[in-house]
Amino acid sequence: MKNCLKNCLPVLLLAFIANFACGQNDQNEITISHDINVIGQKPIPVSLDGFSGEVLSVLKFDLYVQGFSFVAPDAAQYQISGSNSGNVIGRVSDKFARKEVLSRSYNGASLRRQAHAFADDIVLAVTGKKGIAQLRGSTSKIAFKAQSENGDGEIFVSDFDGGNPQAVTHEKTIVSAPAWVPGRLAIYYNSYRFGNPDIFYNDFSTGTARAIARYGGSNISPAPSPDGSKVAMILDKDGWVDLYVADADGGNLKRLTKSPEDESSPCWSPDGKWICFATKIAERRVLAKIPADGGAIQVIHTAGTPSPTEPDWSPDNKWIAFCCQFGGEFDICVVPADGGTPVILTPGEHPSWAPNSRTLVFAKRANWRYTLSVLDVFTKQVKDVGRISGNDSQPSWAK
Amino acid sequence: MKTMKLICPLALAIALAATGCKHQPVGVTKLSPSPTPPPQDVNPATLPGTQITPEGGPITGGGGGIPAAPPDQFQGMNEDRAALASYTVHFKYDSAAVQKTEKSNLEAVASALGADASTKLLIEGNCDERGTEEYNRSLGERRALALREALAKIGVDPSRVRTISYGKDKPADTGHDEEAWAKNRRGDFVLLHPNSNAPAGTPPS
Repeated sequence: MKNCLKNCLPVLLLAFIANFACGQNDQNEITISHDINVIGQKPIPVSLDGFSGEVLSVLKFDLYVQGFSFVAPDAAQYQISGSNSGNVIGRVSDKFARKEVLSRSYNGASLRRQAHAFADDIVLAVTGKKGIAQLRGSTSKIAFKAQSENGDGEIFVSDFDGGNPQAVTHEKTIVSAPAWVPGRLAIYYNSYRFGNPDIFYNDFSTGTARAIARYGGSNISPAPSPDGSKVAMILDKDGWVDLYVADADGGNLKRLTKSPEDESSPCWSPDGKWICFATKIAERRVLAKIPADGGAIQVIHTAGTPSPTEPDWSPDNKWIAFCCQFGGEFDICVVPADGGTPVILTPGEHPSWAPNSRTLVFAKRANWRYTLSVLDVFTKQVKDVGRISGNDSQPSWAK
Repeated sequence: MKTMKLICPLALAIALAATGCKHQPVGVTKLSPSPTPPPQDVNPATLPGTQITPEGGPITGGGGGIPAAPPDQFQGMNEDRAALASYTVHFKYDSAAVQKTEKSNLEAVASALGADASTKLLIEGNCDERGTEEYNRSLGERRALALREALAKIGVDPSRVRTISYGKDKPADTGHDEEAWAKNRRGDFVLLHPNSNAPAGTPPS
């Protein structure tokens, strides 16, 4: 027993000191009590040895956007080593605990896939949480809008790091707002293909698409519910730009708001009970929520963030990510889901949560065009996704 | 080593999921090449041009602006973009309020519609590029609706009017300064003539 205390205490002490030191930094940031994840926390220092080329860049991308930083082996808390000649082989050693916490080889598929799989195993071994690189046996996907000079565009799907981009529509017109249906290989999106902004459902597994809302006026901003059984949308068929909800196929339409102001960008709470959206109440632009089956509107307070728009509710129900406008610039922010003091994270628009509720994909504006970037909310680390078209925006992370 | 593990669960916890140690064999993960089908390109033929619009239950309570005219009333009409091009209405930043100075433009549009009862009107709401995308799409629609309402007040039958929002996707001026933005915050009017081959009101086949 004495022996054990002697061995354990320094480790415990170190862990506590490290934790305490993190908490002391960035005193202007919000800290969430009873949660190990704190906005403004320091990244986990790791070293990477033995990897090269695509495998190295995939590992770096995946780990960076989940709160890891890269340092020399002697400064690393976790030493990641291995090789990628032929297949990926990798090991992770915890320097504090003096233990190997992961040792695994990968085969099959591509080296990229193997690297993503190793990244997920590293995240799980080190943090105990599921990584974001893979979803249902494939590399994690995003859908987004790729727009050309004349305003026309197509919906694209790619890996979350921009790999394997592929157009999934042949619209040759204005498209917007792709939104993944959770748990399915399908999206809703908005297209002007019939000369009017209408809402379509596109099922990749069957290769079919169909219109689900083609009312008079604009039919825009579709948002499927977490269980995929409902879709929220913005329509003005009744004369005002309002929030509506319908069954997944567009039937059983119900109007939820009745306001002369313009509602926009609906999203759902993870339990499917609330729909959050942007609107204007008492001459102020706000985020608000309404019960998904109708009821009273509640403002979600985001003090000090002007013109909040484009909310996205985190899958763990803790946060709402959104964007706000300071002067001509937009910033990505998060606020506790019940409202409160928001944290401003980085310049950008249209945030969409990854399944881990800590990583976001968003659109960054430069020279009046958009590119996609990925952000780790807790460390504020940002990594750009390579440019796919001239103007990539409105990303939606598959869940 | 074994004794220590037994009597010190804390050390185990800190080591997290310590599944591997130096003496264990390396684990193997086999990845299948395409476990889920990749996204398929959509065949446009699967999208019929005469898709049936799903009509939901009635909206209770009514109220809230002028309902949109049925879209099929405008099917097949010819767009005359030149006829009303000089009557474009402009808006202030982030506003859908129709300014009083736009009165003469609205009157000119109303008079053009009054001159030929077979014509209809398309109002296109647009925004400058500064706002976020879907926000602008909603704002553009609201601008178009505000113009339809202003026209209704001076006698235009709103069932002859169709509205659309292009958000910030169709700027009139592609510049990136206030001069360009002022031109882009607008509502364009497009005169719709019945197609001589397919008279207005004929249901689409």
